[in-house]
Amino acid sequence: MRKEMLLPAAAVALLYLVLALLRQAGVIGIYWGQIVDLALITTIQAVGLSLIYGFAGQFSLGHAAFYGLGAYVAAFITRTQGGTPLTFALALLAGAAVAGIVALIIGLPILRLRSDYLGIATLGFGIIVKVMLDNADKLSPVLGGARGMAGIPRLTTFHWVFWLAVLTILIARNLVNSSHGRSCIAVREDEVAADIMGIDTTQFKTLAFVMGCAMAGLAGGLYAHLYSFLHPSSFDFLKSFDVLLVVVLGGLGSLTGTVVTSIGWVFLLEGLRDVLGQQFLDWRWVVYALILIAVMIARPQGLMGGKELSLDMLLRRRAARGGADHGAA
Amino acid sequence: MALLECRNVSRHFGGLRALSGLDLSLEQGEVVGLIGPNGAGKTTVFNVITGVFPPTEGEVLLEGRVLNGLKPYRITQLGIARTFQNIRLFREMSVLHNVMAAMHPRCGYGLVDALLRTARFGRREREMRDEALALLERMNLADRAHDKAGSLPYGDQRRLEIARALATHPKVLLLDEPAAGMNPAEVDELVELIRGIAGDFGLTVLLIEHQMGLVMNLCERLVVLDFGEVIAKGTPGEIQRNPRVLEAYLGKGVV
Repeated sequence: MRKEMLLPAAAVALLYLVLALLRQAGVIGIYWGQIVDLALITTIQAVGLSLIYGFAGQFSLGHAAFYGLGAYVAAFITRTQGGTPLTFALALLAGAAVAGIVALIIGLPILRLRSDYLGIATLGFGIIVKVMLDNADKLSPVLGGARGMAGIPRLTTFHWVFWLAVLTILIARNLVNSSHGRSCIAVREDEVAADIMGIDTTQFKTLAFVMGCAMAGLAGGLYAHLYSFLHPSSFDFLKSFDVLLVVVLGGLGSLTGTVVTSIGWVFLLEGLRDVLGQQFLDWRWVVYALILIAVMIARPQGLMGGKELSLDMLLRRRAARGGADHGAA
Repeated sequence: MALLECRNVSRHFGGLRALSGLDLSLEQGEVVGLIGPNGAGKTTVFNVITGVFPPTEGEVLLEGRVLNGLKPYRITQLGIARTFQNIRLFREMSVLHNVMAAMHPRCGYGLVDALLRTARFGRREREMRDEALALLERMNLADRAHDKAGSLPYGDQRRLEIARALATHPKVLLLDEPAAGMNPAEVDELVELIRGIAGDFGLTVLLIEHQMGLVMNLCERLVVLDFGEVIAKGTPGEIQRNPRVLEAYLGKGVV
Protein backbone atom coordinates (compact mmCIF):
# COMPACT_ATOMS: atom_id res chain seq x y z
CA MET A 1 0.00 0.00 0.00
CA ARG A 2 1.25 3.44 -0.84
CA LYS A 3 2.13 5.88 1.88
CA GLU A 4 -0.54 8.48 1.18
CA MET A 5 -3.20 5.75 1.52
CA LEU A 6 -2.12 4.74 5.02
CA LEU A 7 -3.77 7.55 6.92
CA PRO A 8 -7.24 7.28 5.30
CA ALA A 9 -7.08 3.47 5.61
CA ALA A 10 -6.26 3.76 9.29
CA ALA A 11 -9.08 6.26 9.79
CA VAL A 12 -11.59 3.94 8.10
CA ALA A 13 -10.44 0.95 10.17
CA LEU A 14 -10.69 3.02 13.35
CA LEU A 15 -14.19 4.20 12.45
CA TYR A 16 -15.21 0.60 11.83
CA LEU A 17 -13.79 -0.58 15.15
CA VAL A 18 -15.41 2.21 17.12
CA LEU A 19 -18.83 1.70 15.54
CA ALA A 20 -18.63 -2.09 15.84
CA LEU A 21 -17.60 -1.87 19.51
CA LEU A 22 -20.31 0.67 20.33
CA ARG A 23 -22.89 -1.69 18.88
CA GLN A 24 -21.41 -4.66 20.64
CA ALA A 25 -21.57 -2.80 23.94
CA GLY A 26 -25.16 -1.76 23.29
CA VAL A 27 -24.39 1.98 23.28
CA ILE A 28 -25.85 2.05 19.78
CA GLY A 29 -29.07 0.08 20.19
CA ILE A 30 -30.88 -2.03 17.61
CA TYR A 31 -32.99 0.88 16.44
CA TRP A 32 -30.16 3.35 15.87
CA GLY A 33 -28.00 0.53 14.56
CA GLN A 34 -30.51 0.00 11.79
CA ILE A 35 -30.47 3.71 11.06
CA VAL A 36 -26.69 3.57 10.69
CA ASP A 37 -27.06 0.63 8.32
CA LEU A 38 -29.73 2.43 6.34
CA ALA A 39 -27.54 5.54 6.14
CA LEU A 40 -24.70 3.48 4.69
CA ILE A 41 -27.04 1.74 2.23
CA THR A 42 -28.32 5.14 1.14
CA THR A 43 -24.70 6.19 0.73
CA ILE A 44 -24.02 3.27 -1.64
CA GLN A 45 -26.98 4.11 -3.83
CA ALA A 46 -26.31 7.84 -3.74
CA VAL A 47 -22.67 7.36 -4.73
CA GLY A 48 -24.03 5.46 -7.74
CA LEU A 49 -26.22 8.36 -8.76
CA SER A 50 -23.37 10.74 -8.03
CA LEU A 51 -21.34 8.98 -10.73
CA ILE A 52 -24.24 9.20 -13.18
CA TYR A 53 -25.44 12.74 -12.53
CA GLY A 54 -22.71 14.44 -10.51
CA PHE A 55 -19.77 13.31 -12.61
CA ALA A 56 -21.04 12.23 -16.02
CA GLY A 57 -23.88 14.78 -16.00
CA GLN A 58 -26.57 12.32 -17.08
CA PHE A 59 -29.92 13.12 -15.54
CA SER A 60 -31.57 9.92 -14.28
CA LEU A 61 -34.97 9.81 -12.61
CA GLY A 62 -35.13 6.05 -12.24
CA HIS A 63 -32.54 5.33 -9.60
CA ALA A 64 -35.06 3.84 -7.14
CA ALA A 65 -36.16 1.40 -9.83
CA PHE A 66 -32.63 -0.02 -10.10
CA TYR A 67 -32.46 -0.06 -6.32
CA GLY A 68 -35.72 -2.06 -6.29
CA LEU A 69 -34.54 -4.37 -9.03
CA GLY A 70 -31.45 -5.26 -7.01
CA ALA A 71 -33.52 -5.67 -3.86
CA TYR A 72 -36.01 -8.07 -5.42
CA VAL A 73 -33.41 -10.09 -7.33
CA ALA A 74 -31.25 -10.55 -4.23
CA ALA A 75 -34.22 -11.33 -1.98
CA PHE A 76 -35.56 -13.86 -4.46
CA ILE A 77 -32.24 -15.71 -4.45
CA THR A 78 -31.88 -15.96 -0.67
CA ARG A 79 -35.58 -16.83 -0.25
CA THR A 80 -35.31 -19.70 -2.72
CA GLN A 81 -31.70 -20.80 -2.28
CA GLY A 82 -31.37 -20.43 1.48
CA GLY A 83 -29.82 -17.74 3.62
CA THR A 84 -26.16 -18.71 3.99
CA PRO A 85 -23.46 -16.04 3.83
CA LEU A 86 -22.38 -17.49 0.48
CA THR A 87 -25.82 -17.27 -1.11
CA PHE A 88 -26.15 -13.79 0.39
CA ALA A 89 -22.90 -12.69 -1.27
CA LEU A 90 -24.01 -14.20 -4.56
CA ALA A 91 -27.45 -12.65 -4.19
CA LEU A 92 -25.94 -9.18 -3.67
CA LEU A 93 -23.70 -9.69 -6.68
CA ALA A 94 -26.66 -10.86 -8.78
CA GLY A 95 -28.73 -7.87 -7.69
CA ALA A 96 -25.97 -5.48 -8.73
CA ALA A 97 -25.37 -7.37 -11.98
CA VAL A 98 -29.04 -7.40 -13.01
CA ALA A 99 -29.38 -3.69 -12.28
CA GLY A 100 -26.22 -3.03 -14.31
CA ILE A 101 -27.32 -5.16 -17.26
CA VAL A 102 -30.77 -3.58 -17.38
CA ALA A 103 -29.07 -0.16 -17.25
CA LEU A 104 -26.92 -1.18 -20.20
CA ILE A 105 -29.96 -2.27 -22.21
CA ILE A 106 -31.76 1.00 -21.49
CA GLY A 107 -28.68 3.14 -21.81
CA LEU A 108 -27.31 1.94 -25.11
CA PRO A 109 -30.03 3.35 -27.36
CA ILE A 110 -30.68 6.48 -25.27
CA LEU A 111 -27.17 7.56 -24.33
CA ARG A 112 -26.25 7.92 -28.00
CA LEU A 113 -28.47 10.98 -28.00
CA ARG A 114 -27.21 14.31 -26.83
CA SER A 115 -29.81 15.69 -24.47
CA ASP A 116 -31.91 14.93 -21.41
CA TYR A 117 -33.76 12.02 -22.99
CA LEU A 118 -32.31 9.78 -20.29
CA GLY A 119 -34.38 11.60 -17.67
CA ILE A 120 -37.60 10.90 -19.55
CA ALA A 121 -36.68 7.30 -20.34
CA THR A 122 -35.66 6.48 -16.78
CA LEU A 123 -38.81 8.14 -15.45
CA GLY A 124 -40.84 5.80 -17.67
CA PHE A 125 -38.68 2.88 -16.67
CA GLY A 126 -39.29 3.62 -12.99
CA ILE A 127 -43.03 3.43 -13.52
CA ILE A 128 -42.71 0.18 -15.48
CA VAL A 129 -40.67 -1.39 -12.68
CA LYS A 130 -43.22 -0.29 -10.08
CA VAL A 131 -46.07 -1.87 -12.08
CA MET A 132 -44.02 -5.02 -12.62
CA LEU A 133 -43.26 -5.33 -8.91
CA ASP A 134 -46.94 -4.80 -8.07
CA ASN A 135 -47.76 -7.76 -10.29
CA ALA A 136 -44.66 -9.83 -9.61
CA ASP A 137 -46.66 -12.50 -7.74
CA LYS A 138 -47.89 -13.74 -11.11
CA LEU A 139 -44.25 -14.40 -12.05
CA SER A 140 -43.45 -16.19 -8.81
CA PRO A 141 -45.59 -16.23 -5.66
CA VAL A 142 -42.42 -15.71 -3.61
CA LEU A 143 -42.17 -12.12 -4.89
CA GLY A 144 -45.46 -11.21 -3.25
CA GLY A 145 -46.67 -8.59 -5.73
CA ALA A 146 -48.68 -5.70 -4.28
CA ARG A 147 -48.89 -7.40 -0.86
CA GLY A 148 -45.13 -7.14 -0.51
CA MET A 149 -42.44 -9.76 -0.19
CA ALA A 150 -42.06 -11.14 3.32
CA GLY A 151 -39.81 -13.62 5.05
CA ILE A 152 -36.50 -12.47 3.59
CA PRO A 153 -33.69 -13.69 5.85
CA ARG A 154 -32.13 -10.88 7.90
CA LEU A 155 -28.60 -11.24 6.64
CA THR A 156 -27.57 -7.63 6.37
CA THR A 157 -25.23 -6.83 9.22
CA PHE A 158 -23.20 -3.77 10.01
CA HIS A 159 -20.04 -5.53 8.79
CA TRP A 160 -21.48 -6.21 5.34
CA VAL A 161 -22.91 -2.72 4.99
CA PHE A 162 -19.84 -0.93 6.24
CA TRP A 163 -17.30 -2.72 4.08
CA LEU A 164 -19.47 -2.69 0.97
CA ALA A 165 -19.96 1.04 1.44
CA VAL A 166 -16.19 1.46 1.73
CA LEU A 167 -15.69 -0.68 -1.39
CA THR A 168 -18.26 1.34 -3.33
CA ILE A 169 -16.71 4.64 -2.36
CA LEU A 170 -13.25 3.31 -3.22
CA ILE A 171 -14.39 2.15 -6.66
CA ALA A 172 -16.08 5.48 -7.32
CA ARG A 173 -13.03 7.40 -6.15
CA ASN A 174 -10.65 5.36 -8.29
CA LEU A 175 -12.89 5.78 -11.31
CA VAL A 176 -13.29 9.52 -10.84
CA ASN A 177 -9.53 10.04 -10.47
CA SER A 178 -8.59 8.19 -13.64
CA SER A 179 -8.50 9.02 -17.31
CA HIS A 180 -11.88 7.31 -17.64
CA GLY A 181 -13.27 9.51 -14.89
CA ARG A 182 -11.86 12.65 -16.51
CA SER A 183 -13.59 11.61 -19.72
CA CYS A 184 -16.90 11.32 -17.84
CA ILE A 185 -16.44 14.78 -16.34
CA ALA A 186 -15.47 16.18 -19.74
CA VAL A 187 -18.75 14.83 -21.14
CA ARG A 188 -20.63 16.58 -18.34
CA GLU A 189 -18.79 19.85 -18.92
CA ASP A 190 -19.16 20.01 -22.71
CA GLU A 191 -20.27 17.04 -24.72
CA VAL A 192 -19.40 18.54 -28.10
CA ALA A 193 -15.92 19.51 -26.97
CA ALA A 194 -15.36 16.09 -25.37
CA ASP A 195 -16.29 14.42 -28.65
CA ILE A 196 -13.92 16.69 -30.57
CA MET A 197 -11.12 15.87 -28.12
CA GLY A 198 -11.30 12.21 -29.11
CA ILE A 199 -13.54 10.98 -26.30
CA ASP A 200 -16.21 8.43 -27.21
CA THR A 201 -18.97 10.19 -25.29
CA THR A 202 -21.53 7.37 -25.58
CA GLN A 203 -19.05 4.93 -24.06
CA PHE A 204 -18.44 7.06 -20.98
CA LYS A 205 -22.06 7.99 -20.43
CA THR A 206 -22.86 4.28 -20.57
CA LEU A 207 -19.97 3.41 -18.26
CA ALA A 208 -21.11 5.84 -15.58
CA PHE A 209 -24.76 4.87 -15.96
CA VAL A 210 -24.12 1.12 -15.74
CA MET A 211 -21.73 1.40 -12.80
CA GLY A 212 -24.02 3.79 -10.95
CA CYS A 213 -27.07 1.57 -11.46
CA ALA A 214 -25.13 -1.52 -10.38
CA MET A 215 -24.30 0.32 -7.15
CA ALA A 216 -28.01 1.03 -6.69
CA GLY A 217 -28.70 -2.68 -7.22
CA LEU A 218 -26.13 -3.60 -4.59
CA ALA A 219 -27.67 -1.15 -2.13
CA GLY A 220 -31.09 -2.65 -2.89
CA GLY A 221 -29.89 -6.15 -2.04
CA LEU A 222 -28.58 -4.92 1.31
CA TYR A 223 -31.82 -3.08 2.01
CA ALA A 224 -33.90 -6.19 1.29
CA HIS A 225 -32.02 -8.19 3.89
CA LEU A 226 -32.05 -5.41 6.49
CA TYR A 227 -35.79 -5.23 7.17
CA SER A 228 -36.70 -8.68 5.76
CA PHE A 229 -39.73 -7.16 4.03
CA LEU A 230 -40.00 -5.48 0.61
CA HIS A 231 -42.91 -3.53 -0.80
CA PRO A 232 -43.17 -2.03 -4.32
CA SER A 233 -44.10 1.37 -2.86
CA SER A 234 -40.57 1.62 -1.44
CA PHE A 235 -39.30 1.86 -5.00
CA ASP A 236 -41.74 4.17 -6.75
CA PHE A 237 -40.38 7.02 -8.76
CA LEU A 238 -40.76 9.59 -5.98
CA LYS A 239 -38.04 7.67 -4.16
CA SER A 240 -35.74 8.44 -7.06
CA PHE A 241 -36.10 12.11 -6.22
CA ASP A 242 -34.85 11.48 -2.70
CA VAL A 243 -31.53 10.19 -3.99
CA LEU A 244 -31.37 12.92 -6.58
CA LEU A 245 -31.80 15.51 -3.82
CA VAL A 246 -29.02 13.95 -1.78
CA VAL A 247 -26.66 14.15 -4.76
CA VAL A 248 -27.60 17.74 -5.60
CA LEU A 249 -27.46 18.87 -1.97
CA GLY A 250 -24.05 17.28 -1.54
CA GLY A 251 -22.77 19.19 -4.55
CA LEU A 252 -22.50 17.80 -8.08
CA GLY A 253 -19.11 16.31 -8.76
CA SER A 254 -18.20 15.75 -5.12
CA LEU A 255 -18.04 12.20 -3.76
CA THR A 256 -17.43 13.27 -0.18
CA GLY A 257 -20.34 15.68 -0.49
CA THR A 258 -22.58 12.80 -1.54
CA VAL A 259 -21.39 10.58 1.30
CA VAL A 260 -21.77 13.23 3.99
CA THR A 261 -25.20 14.28 2.70
CA SER A 262 -26.50 10.70 2.44
CA ILE A 263 -25.66 9.99 6.04
CA GLY A 264 -26.82 13.39 7.24
CA TRP A 265 -30.07 13.08 5.34
CA VAL A 266 -31.02 9.69 6.83
CA PHE A 267 -30.20 10.92 10.32
CA LEU A 268 -32.09 14.15 9.73
CA LEU A 269 -35.28 12.27 8.82
CA GLU A 270 -34.95 10.04 11.87
CA GLY A 271 -33.93 12.91 14.12
CA LEU A 272 -37.01 14.87 13.10
CA ARG A 273 -39.10 11.90 14.18
CA ASP A 274 -37.85 12.50 17.72
CA VAL A 275 -38.01 16.27 17.62
CA LEU A 276 -41.51 16.54 16.15
CA GLY A 277 -43.10 13.70 18.06
CA GLN A 278 -45.49 11.09 16.75
CA GLN A 279 -48.51 13.33 16.04
CA PHE A 280 -46.49 15.72 13.87
CA LEU A 281 -44.61 13.03 12.00
CA ASP A 282 -45.91 14.09 8.60
CA TRP A 283 -44.51 17.56 9.16
CA ARG A 284 -41.11 16.03 8.56
CA TRP A 285 -41.68 16.51 4.86
CA VAL A 286 -42.36 20.19 5.35
CA VAL A 287 -39.26 20.73 7.45
CA TYR A 288 -37.28 18.72 4.97
CA ALA A 289 -38.50 20.86 2.06
CA LEU A 290 -37.69 24.02 3.99
CA ILE A 291 -34.14 22.79 4.60
CA LEU A 292 -33.83 22.08 0.91
CA ILE A 293 -34.94 25.59 -0.02
CA ALA A 294 -32.64 27.13 2.57
CA VAL A 295 -29.63 25.18 1.31
CA MET A 296 -30.37 26.04 -2.29
CA ILE A 297 -30.55 29.74 -1.44
CA ALA A 298 -27.46 29.71 0.76
CA ARG A 299 -25.36 27.29 -1.28
CA PRO A 300 -26.77 26.73 -4.77
CA GLN A 301 -23.63 24.76 -5.68
CA GLY A 302 -24.45 22.21 -2.97
CA LEU A 303 -22.71 21.43 0.28
CA MET A 304 -19.29 20.75 -1.21
CA GLY A 305 -19.72 22.52 -4.54
CA GLY A 306 -17.62 20.13 -6.63
CA LYS A 307 -14.78 20.04 -4.10
CA GLU A 308 -13.67 17.03 -2.10
CA LEU A 309 -13.16 16.79 1.61
CA SER A 310 -9.97 15.00 2.58
CA LEU A 311 -8.03 14.23 5.71
CA ASP A 312 -5.10 15.92 4.07
CA MET A 313 -7.06 19.10 3.64
CA LEU A 314 -8.28 19.10 7.24
CA LEU A 315 -4.79 18.54 8.57
CA ARG A 316 -3.36 21.18 6.31
CA ARG A 317 -5.97 23.67 7.38
CA ARG A 318 -5.05 23.06 10.99
CA ALA A 319 -1.39 23.51 10.14
CA ALA A 320 -2.18 26.68 8.22
CA ARG A 321 -4.02 28.03 11.21
CA GLY A 322 -0.80 27.48 13.14
CA GLY A 323 0.89 29.65 10.51
CA ALA A 324 3.39 26.95 9.60
CA ASP A 325 2.02 25.80 6.28
CA HIS A 326 3.05 26.80 2.77
CA GLY A 327 1.23 24.03 0.88
CA ALA A 328 1.99 23.83 -2.82
CA ALA A 329 -1.25 22.70 -4.42
CA MET B 1 -0.45 13.51 -51.76
CA ALA B 2 -2.10 16.23 -49.75
CA LEU B 3 -2.35 15.68 -46.00
CA LEU B 4 -5.89 16.98 -45.72
CA GLU B 5 -8.18 17.33 -48.67
CA CYS B 6 -11.75 18.47 -49.23
CA ARG B 7 -13.10 17.34 -52.59
CA ASN B 8 -16.13 19.19 -53.89
CA VAL B 9 -17.59 19.39 -50.38
CA SER B 10 -21.06 20.84 -49.85
CA ARG B 11 -23.11 21.16 -46.72
CA HIS B 12 -26.77 22.12 -46.78
CA PHE B 13 -28.99 22.95 -43.82
CA GLY B 14 -32.46 22.45 -45.25
CA GLY B 15 -32.61 24.97 -48.11
CA LEU B 16 -29.52 26.87 -46.95
CA ARG B 17 -26.35 26.03 -48.82
CA ALA B 18 -23.83 26.85 -46.12
CA LEU B 19 -21.03 25.44 -48.22
CA SER B 20 -21.01 24.48 -51.87
CA GLY B 21 -18.37 22.75 -53.93
CA LEU B 22 -15.42 23.45 -51.63
CA ASP B 23 -12.06 22.20 -52.89
CA LEU B 24 -9.26 22.60 -50.41
CA SER B 25 -6.01 20.78 -49.92
CA LEU B 26 -3.38 21.22 -47.25
CA GLU B 27 0.19 20.02 -47.72
CA GLN B 28 2.25 18.79 -44.80
CA GLY B 29 3.63 21.70 -42.76
CA GLU B 30 1.59 24.47 -44.33
CA VAL B 31 -0.09 27.27 -42.43
CA VAL B 32 -3.18 28.27 -44.36
CA GLY B 33 -5.70 30.97 -43.52
CA LEU B 34 -9.40 30.71 -44.17
CA ILE B 35 -10.98 34.14 -44.34
CA GLY B 36 -14.22 35.71 -45.46
CA PRO B 37 -17.01 37.98 -44.25
CA ASN B 38 -19.32 36.93 -41.40
CA GLY B 39 -21.59 34.06 -42.37
CA ALA B 40 -19.37 33.01 -45.27
CA GLY B 41 -19.24 29.40 -44.03
CA LYS B 42 -15.78 29.31 -42.44
CA THR B 43 -16.79 27.54 -39.25
CA THR B 44 -18.93 25.19 -41.32
CA VAL B 45 -15.74 24.10 -43.07
CA PHE B 46 -14.31 23.14 -39.66
CA ASN B 47 -17.50 21.39 -38.64
CA VAL B 48 -17.52 19.39 -41.87
CA ILE B 49 -13.86 18.39 -41.55
CA THR B 50 -14.20 17.34 -37.90
CA GLY B 51 -17.40 15.39 -38.50
CA VAL B 52 -19.69 17.59 -36.40
CA PHE B 53 -21.82 18.15 -39.51
CA PRO B 54 -20.98 15.49 -42.09
CA PRO B 55 -20.81 16.81 -45.67
CA THR B 56 -24.01 16.64 -47.71
CA GLU B 57 -21.92 16.03 -50.83
CA GLY B 58 -18.26 15.47 -51.53
CA GLU B 59 -15.48 13.88 -49.54
CA VAL B 60 -13.04 14.85 -46.81
CA LEU B 61 -9.77 12.90 -46.82
CA LEU B 62 -6.92 12.70 -44.33
CA GLU B 63 -3.78 11.12 -45.77
CA GLY B 64 -5.93 9.64 -48.53
CA ARG B 65 -8.42 8.12 -46.11
CA VAL B 66 -12.05 9.16 -46.49
CA LEU B 67 -13.40 10.62 -43.24
CA ASN B 68 -17.06 10.82 -44.29
CA GLY B 69 -19.34 9.07 -41.83
CA LEU B 70 -16.78 8.82 -39.03
CA LYS B 71 -17.76 10.18 -35.62
CA PRO B 72 -15.91 13.32 -34.46
CA TYR B 73 -13.97 11.44 -31.78
CA ARG B 74 -12.66 8.96 -34.39
CA ILE B 75 -11.61 11.78 -36.71
CA THR B 76 -9.75 13.41 -33.82
CA GLN B 77 -8.03 10.14 -33.00
CA LEU B 78 -6.89 9.94 -36.63
CA GLY B 79 -5.14 13.28 -36.26
CA ILE B 80 -7.33 16.36 -36.65
CA ALA B 81 -7.72 18.67 -33.66
CA ARG B 82 -9.53 21.96 -33.40
CA THR B 83 -10.34 24.89 -31.17
CA PHE B 84 -13.67 26.66 -30.96
CA GLN B 85 -14.66 30.19 -31.86
CA ASN B 86 -16.90 30.39 -28.78
CA ILE B 87 -14.47 28.84 -26.29
CA ARG B 88 -15.57 25.40 -25.16
CA LEU B 89 -13.33 24.42 -22.28
CA PHE B 90 -14.26 21.96 -19.55
CA ARG B 91 -14.83 24.90 -17.25
CA GLU B 92 -15.16 23.15 -13.91
CA MET B 93 -12.06 21.02 -14.49
CA SER B 94 -8.57 22.22 -13.68
CA VAL B 95 -6.37 23.57 -16.46
CA LEU B 96 -4.17 20.48 -16.12
CA HIS B 97 -7.12 18.10 -16.33
CA ASN B 98 -8.44 19.86 -19.42
CA VAL B 99 -5.24 18.92 -21.18
CA MET B 100 -5.11 15.43 -19.70
CA ALA B 101 -8.73 14.74 -20.71
CA ALA B 102 -7.71 15.18 -24.34
CA MET B 103 -5.05 12.49 -23.88
CA HIS B 104 -7.58 9.81 -22.99
CA PRO B 105 -7.47 7.85 -26.27
CA ARG B 106 -3.80 7.12 -25.60
CA CYS B 107 -4.01 6.75 -21.84
CA GLY B 108 -2.76 3.18 -22.25
CA TYR B 109 -4.62 1.55 -19.37
CA GLY B 110 -8.04 0.01 -19.00
CA LEU B 111 -10.87 0.43 -16.53
CA VAL B 112 -9.59 -2.46 -14.41
CA ASP B 113 -6.18 -0.79 -14.11
CA ALA B 114 -7.91 2.39 -12.99
CA LEU B 115 -10.13 0.68 -10.41
CA LEU B 116 -7.31 -1.42 -8.97
CA ARG B 117 -4.70 1.33 -9.26
CA THR B 118 -2.18 -0.98 -10.90
CA ALA B 119 1.45 -0.09 -11.49
CA ARG B 120 0.65 0.63 -15.14
CA PHE B 121 -2.01 3.11 -14.04
CA GLY B 122 0.44 4.88 -11.80
CA ARG B 123 3.15 5.06 -14.44
CA ARG B 124 0.90 6.28 -17.25
CA GLU B 125 -0.79 8.85 -15.01
CA ARG B 126 2.62 10.27 -14.12
CA GLU B 127 3.70 10.32 -17.76
CA MET B 128 0.51 11.99 -18.93
CA ARG B 129 0.74 14.53 -16.15
CA ASP B 130 4.33 15.37 -17.08
CA GLU B 131 3.44 15.66 -20.73
CA ALA B 132 0.46 17.90 -19.93
CA LEU B 133 2.61 20.10 -17.69
CA ALA B 134 5.20 20.41 -20.45
CA LEU B 135 2.49 21.47 -22.89
CA LEU B 136 1.19 24.04 -20.43
CA GLU B 137 4.74 25.29 -19.95
CA ARG B 138 5.01 25.72 -23.73
CA MET B 139 1.74 27.69 -23.78
CA ASN B 140 2.76 29.90 -20.81
CA LEU B 141 0.04 28.41 -18.64
CA ALA B 142 2.11 26.31 -16.23
CA ASP B 143 1.48 28.56 -13.24
CA ARG B 144 -2.29 28.21 -13.71
CA ALA B 145 -2.22 24.40 -13.96
CA HIS B 146 -4.33 23.83 -10.87
CA ASP B 147 -6.86 26.62 -11.38
CA LYS B 148 -10.28 25.97 -12.78
CA ALA B 149 -10.29 26.48 -16.54
CA GLY B 150 -13.37 28.69 -16.29
CA SER B 151 -11.54 31.09 -14.01
CA LEU B 152 -8.79 31.95 -16.50
CA PRO B 153 -8.68 35.29 -18.27
CA TYR B 154 -9.90 35.25 -21.85
CA GLY B 155 -6.53 35.14 -23.59
CA ASP B 156 -5.36 32.29 -21.36
CA GLN B 157 -8.53 30.35 -22.16
CA ARG B 158 -7.78 30.69 -25.88
CA ARG B 159 -4.25 29.37 -25.33
CA LEU B 160 -5.56 26.56 -23.16
CA GLU B 161 -7.84 25.53 -26.01
CA ILE B 162 -4.78 25.25 -28.22
CA ALA B 163 -2.89 23.28 -25.56
CA ARG B 164 -5.83 20.91 -25.19
CA ALA B 165 -6.01 20.42 -28.96
CA LEU B 166 -2.26 19.70 -29.08
CA ALA B 167 -2.70 17.06 -26.38
CA THR B 168 -4.59 14.90 -28.87
CA HIS B 169 -1.34 14.65 -30.91
CA PRO B 170 -2.81 16.05 -34.10
CA LYS B 171 -1.35 16.14 -37.57
CA VAL B 172 -3.67 18.92 -38.59
CA LEU B 173 -4.65 21.73 -36.26
CA LEU B 174 -7.76 23.78 -37.00
CA LEU B 175 -7.86 27.11 -35.18
CA ASP B 176 -11.16 28.98 -35.14
CA GLU B 177 -10.45 32.68 -34.53
CA PRO B 178 -7.61 32.11 -32.06
CA ALA B 179 -7.00 35.86 -31.67
CA ALA B 180 -10.61 36.92 -31.12
CA GLY B 181 -10.80 39.37 -28.24
CA MET B 182 -7.04 39.76 -27.88
CA ASN B 183 -5.21 43.07 -27.82
CA PRO B 184 -2.45 43.82 -30.39
CA ALA B 185 0.37 42.81 -28.03
CA GLU B 186 -1.32 39.50 -27.29
CA VAL B 187 -1.90 38.94 -31.00
CA ASP B 188 1.82 39.40 -31.71
CA GLU B 189 2.63 36.88 -29.00
CA LEU B 190 0.08 34.48 -30.42
CA VAL B 191 1.60 34.70 -33.92
CA GLU B 192 4.97 33.70 -32.50
CA LEU B 193 3.38 30.94 -30.46
CA ILE B 194 1.47 29.41 -33.36
CA ARG B 195 4.50 29.63 -35.61
CA GLY B 196 6.58 28.00 -32.89
CA ILE B 197 4.28 25.10 -32.18
CA ALA B 198 3.61 24.47 -35.85
CA GLY B 199 7.37 24.03 -36.29
CA ASP B 200 8.02 22.08 -33.10
CA PHE B 201 5.15 19.65 -33.49
CA GLY B 202 5.38 19.36 -37.27
CA LEU B 203 1.81 20.61 -37.60
CA THR B 204 -0.25 21.60 -40.55
CA VAL B 205 -2.47 24.51 -39.57
CA LEU B 206 -5.71 25.80 -41.02
CA LEU B 207 -6.94 28.90 -39.27
CA ILE B 208 -9.95 31.13 -39.41
CA GLU B 209 -9.25 34.71 -38.42
CA HIS B 210 -10.59 38.21 -38.81
CA GLN B 211 -7.47 39.95 -37.54
CA MET B 212 -5.77 40.62 -40.84
CA GLY B 213 -2.50 41.45 -39.14
CA LEU B 214 -2.25 37.92 -37.85
CA VAL B 215 -3.42 36.33 -41.08
CA MET B 216 -1.01 38.23 -43.30
CA ASN B 217 1.86 37.61 -40.90
CA LEU B 218 1.36 33.94 -40.29
CA CYS B 219 -0.20 32.35 -43.35
CA GLU B 220 1.66 31.27 -46.43
CA ARG B 221 -1.56 30.82 -48.32
CA LEU B 222 -5.10 32.11 -47.99
CA VAL B 223 -8.47 30.80 -49.06
CA VAL B 224 -11.33 33.29 -49.19
CA LEU B 225 -14.93 32.18 -48.73
CA ASP B 226 -18.08 34.14 -49.46
CA PHE B 227 -21.62 32.77 -49.28
CA GLY B 228 -20.28 29.23 -48.98
CA GLU B 229 -18.09 29.38 -52.06
CA VAL B 230 -14.37 29.87 -52.57
CA ILE B 231 -13.92 33.21 -54.30
CA ALA B 232 -10.14 33.43 -54.19
CA LYS B 233 -6.98 31.52 -53.30
CA GLY B 234 -3.41 32.71 -53.16
CA THR B 235 -0.63 34.30 -51.15
CA PRO B 236 -1.52 37.11 -48.73
CA GLY B 237 -0.16 39.65 -51.21
CA GLU B 238 -2.30 38.37 -54.06
CA ILE B 239 -5.39 38.26 -51.89
CA GLN B 240 -4.94 41.86 -50.74
CA ARG B 241 -5.08 43.02 -54.33
CA ASN B 242 -7.86 40.70 -55.47
CA PRO B 243 -10.89 42.80 -56.54
CA ARG B 244 -13.40 40.03 -55.77
CA VAL B 245 -12.15 39.82 -52.22
CA LEU B 246 -12.40 43.56 -51.71
CA GLU B 247 -15.90 43.47 -53.15
CA ALA B 248 -16.94 40.66 -50.79
CA TYR B 249 -15.68 42.58 -47.77
CA LEU B 250 -16.62 46.11 -48.71
CA GLY B 251 -19.42 45.80 -51.29
CA LYS B 252 -19.73 46.69 -54.96
CA GLY B 253 -18.78 50.08 -56.24
CA VAL B 254 -16.43 50.94 -53.39
CA VAL B 255 -13.32 49.93 -55.25
